[in-house]
Amino acid sequence: MSDEPEDDIVLSELDDDELVQQMHDDLYDGLKDEIEEAVHILLERGWTPYRVLTEALVEGMRIVGIDFRDGILFVPEVLMAANAMKAGMAILRPLLAETGAPQVGKMVIGTVKGDIHDIGKNLVSMMMEGAGFDVIDLGINNPVESYMDALAEHQPDILGMSALLTTTMPYMKVVIDALKERGIRDNYIVLVGGAPLNEAFAESIGADAYCRDAAVAVETAKELIAERRRSNSAAMNVA
Amino acid sequence: MSPEDPHRRTGTLFIACGALGRELVAVLRAAGLPRPTIACLPAHWHNTPERIAPAVREKIRGIGRDYERVFVLYGDCGTGGELDRMLESEGVERIPGPHCYQFFMGTDEFTETAEREPGCFYLTDYLVRHFDRLIVAGLGLDRHPELRDMYFGNYTRLIYIAQTDDPVLRGKARAAADRLGLAYEVRHRGYGELAVFVNRAMAPAGD
Ligand code: B12
Repeated sequence: MSDEPEDDIVLSELDDDELVQQMHDDLYDGLKDEIEEAVHILLERGWTPYRVLTEALVEGMRIVGIDFRDGILFVPEVLMAANAMKAGMAILRPLLAETGAPQVGKMVIGTVKGDIHDIGKNLVSMMMEGAGFDVIDLGINNPVESYMDALAEHQPDILGMSALLTTTMPYMKVVIDALKERGIRDNYIVLVGGAPLNEAFAESIGADAYCRDAAVAVETAKELIAERRRSNSAAMNVA
Repeated sequence: MSPEDPHRRTGTLFIACGALGRELVAVLRAAGLPRPTIACLPAHWHNTPERIAPAVREKIRGIGRDYERVFVLYGDCGTGGELDRMLESEGVERIPGPHCYQFFMGTDEFTETAEREPGCFYLTDYLVRHFDRLIVAGLGLDRHPELRDMYFGNYTRLIYIAQTDDPVLRGKARAAADRLGLAYEVRHRGYGELAVFVNRAMAPAGD
């Protein structure tokens, strides 16, 4: 119909602000092709990959996260949005590596043994990556050994574990106890998440923090890393 | 109960997940037991388990006040232990177990199956009957069929834990497996631990 201009927005005709606004809307609506197109347009206009990532993609996904938390969006919509963001990130990732975007820290993350839910974990991985973390994602159904191997190999700042089943939550404690046994528990910040968890559970198994969602995960990770670097340098000053 | 207690409590109340109401009635009928009062809560809370414990508590404190005995038929269902913490403080008993799949299949068999092949997706009679509404529409697969592999890409097998011997349901379960791209298996297990729990709950008090 002629009087429905929304149907034929030409992305390349929008100015930068309008385009970023449009990208937030397109992410919200899970429109993958539009996101890819807009990422290319911003890059052509000279935006750094890092700026496209943070201002367009991460900010758009942050809005999606808020509406998911508040029960306005549901799992399918979040998945569609995550898909669109993933497509945008696939374009940016090689460029980010080239242009030396800031590196905040490193995280190894995986869903625990017996559990193959991964939607939440994938979202956390993506938002952590978007916030400048180097993320090594071990996928699903991880036994103690695969966490241990990955920690030894990658020496991350953070270990993240996800569980969505009441029956698999306790496995997080098995992993943390294994870290203690090997005397390496304090080398890592341990973050845990998944819908059935809560703060009391995280505390009872000896994790450093429970994170309700991906946004909280990013904030908590940054805070705890800063805290740790402060106390490390304080310790060095004393020494 | 003191003789002047104005509130007389009689009979038995089951507070059940909507996905277990029909099964509860079948168990009672098969055992020739008298019909207790049954209060069902919406089965689709499966996908929003944080709503379960508060709603069950409301039932216990509301209609539950009129009954001598109150039982809860629910899995933990992803409440992360919240349901049991609440029931403990209310002094009400629940059928043990994390999921309805587990008490229909039997704890040992379920644990063994889940350990051997974590990528199993389970259906019960109820879930087969309501597959289109609860799974297909519930996960948005009707609107976004392309999400199927994001949901089920890590899964290998659909196991239909059958309560009844019904070729129509078996046909639907097989079609569901095809639709999700999973191998299909049926295990006829009847009412499993649900029957045990209900029979025990309905046994005359004091024995
Ligand atoms: C989608 C879903 C599925 C999908 C999974 C697809 C996939 N690829 O992951 C499908 C349909 C395949 C599925 C299968 C099953 N599921 Co399921 N599933 C859900 C559902 C509806 C949503 C989970 C989800 O993805 N949420 C969206 C994401 C974004 O949220 P999230 O996972 O909570 O993650 C956020 C936070 O928790 C946090 N976070 C998560 N992980 C981490 C990790 C770290 C380190 C940090 C910092 C933060 C963090 O940040 C995330 C982003 O904001 C939940 C119910 C619910 N509302 O939780 C049931 C639920 C988890 N499933 C459940 C069950 C029982 C199963 C099955 C056994 C069911 C069956 N019929 O066979 C199988 C499991 C098989 C197995 N071995 O794992 C139960 C668990 C019950 C219990 N007692 O434990 C639930 C609670 C539903 C229910 N009430 O019964 N499921």
